[in-house]
Amino acid sequence: MFSFQPDRSEYPQPGLDGKLEIDLETGKYLKLWHGPNHPGITGNMSVELTVCGDEVVEGKTHVGYLHRGFEKLMERRTFIQVFPIVCRVCVPEPDFNEYCYAAAVEELAGIEVPELATWMRTLILEMGRFNSYMMFLGGIGGALGLGITGQWMTYVRDLMLDRFEELTGARIYHMFILPGGVRGHLPEGFAARMEEVLQTAETYLADVDKVMFANSVFQLRTKGIGVIEPALFEPYGVTGPNARAGGVAKDVRKDSPYLVYDQLDFEVATGMDSDIFTRAKVRRADIQTSIDLIRQILKKMPKDGPVMAKLPNVLHWKIPRGETYIKGECSRGEYGYYLVTDGSGYPRRINVRGPSYTHAMALLEHLIPGTNISDVAALMVSLHTYPPEIER
Amino acid sequence: MMRDLHALLTPRHALGPLEIRRENLAFVTLPASNLRGFLTELRDTQGFSHLVLLTAVDWLEEGQFQLTYMMNNRARDLTLGVRVMLDRTTAQMDSIHDLWPTAATYQRELKEMFGITFPGSPRLDEEFILEGWTDLPPYRRDFDSLAYSQQTYAERPGRVTHDPREYMKSKLYPGG
Repeated sequence: MFSFQPDRSEYPQPGLDGKLEIDLETGKYLKLWHGPNHPGITGNMSVELTVCGDEVVEGKTHVGYLHRGFEKLMERRTFIQVFPIVCRVCVPEPDFNEYCYAAAVEELAGIEVPELATWMRTLILEMGRFNSYMMFLGGIGGALGLGITGQWMTYVRDLMLDRFEELTGARIYHMFILPGGVRGHLPEGFAARMEEVLQTAETYLADVDKVMFANSVFQLRTKGIGVIEPALFEPYGVTGPNARAGGVAKDVRKDSPYLVYDQLDFEVATGMDSDIFTRAKVRRADIQTSIDLIRQILKKMPKDGPVMAKLPNVLHWKIPRGETYIKGECSRGEYGYYLVTDGSGYPRRINVRGPSYTHAMALLEHLIPGTNISDVAALMVSLHTYPPEIER
Repeated sequence: MMRDLHALLTPRHALGPLEIRRENLAFVTLPASNLRGFLTELRDTQGFSHLVLLTAVDWLEEGQFQLTYMMNNRARDLTLGVRVMLDRTTAQMDSIHDLWPTAATYQRELKEMFGITFPGSPRLDEEFILEGWTDLPPYRRDFDSLAYSQQTYAERPGRVTHDPREYMKSKLYPGG
């Protein structure tokens, strides 16, 4: 097979410390902005690449295109007013923000959530995870020129958005999980309509297996590329599928079960090669897990009961001084909310811990040197980064 | 489990009282000068190898910044929030980027948003999220975001603002 190897004798040599002295004046280096408007970029961020020939020698992540100051905004709002803001931190998987915030408030305020609400929350989170993975599969295909997977996955995601709409009244920002429980019950016939969506999804995913994962071009461009050495997992705070693809079965759903995950039967998908291909395969297996979990939840959940605890008068709701950290496993890894209260009617501090904060900043910048320009998009998408959770 | 750990490490690191939030989450405060040694021991001998997050809380009224280092031991499912109180006027802390490279990102953000410095941390003074910011670090409590937006941006003519508290009161508690 033909493989193109650039003549590296023409390249500048690193110094004694192994580092390059990058001097743009020499004409041997070029600055290349990968984003913020680029088909291979997920969301509003950019990577400032320094390239030498077709090889990237340095990459710096730039964010701030979508900074809305949420953490500061929330300090000016009462606990109930914060609730409609949190979901807007992350567009593709907003429900995790709602769950983490609600659970943190409940813990500090001593509110017990009805059992049915915990099942409904788990259902919503798995539906959100499924949708987030649909965007991932479309994105990784798009980053490598396989546009059709993006179209298929957008269609399947849209079907799930229909289920979100009938359950919550909204398609993207659901505002369904609020402190105390959830806003409503399952509509009549919901389980049957969900089953139709899941079956359609499985049909399309079988096609993705053939068109993308079995595609030799896709395999050539993803196998052995963008490898994250497992030794980097702890220093760089790698969690979720990015760690699982390297053989470490990190999954908050198993490691520290929350909601009703201890009552559900599922295995955590892992891989060994820790490259772009394996990360995509792990996420593909995770989609099947989510589909199975949605079916299990709909089968096992209580059929009736309250879904909302009684809240105090939310206009005068004060929470005693305290702090807590609530976490869960979102589609990209560990997602968490750190909430500090000071006894007033407003949060003292809310900090959102999104997995992209480490994956797209320190880790991506560490992985980029030495890659080919054409692999940067796939590498970045394979880390499943969502910039809004970096800049909040 | 947390209590045993606390009892073991208190003599060496002058830890404050352990505040247990729930079975697998607790908080502890210690002097700033002991932080690096404590985190190193947590990481190397106690299995707390995952730096979950690093952030600050501004206790303006008390003249202090609180830094929280959230440490996790996955095998034992334990999370320990390690707190350090800093004087708000000096606002300086030792960097831990050599222990966890990813900490450099957190420290860069804390410098920009709270004005807390971490000497030696890589790219500390590079802009992270804000661009050309010259005002107070915006996440400090004495930075008034409402006043800033009123001074900086013009209101669209004809805009009507309703008081959300009054609106909620009429919808949620119509009887008063």
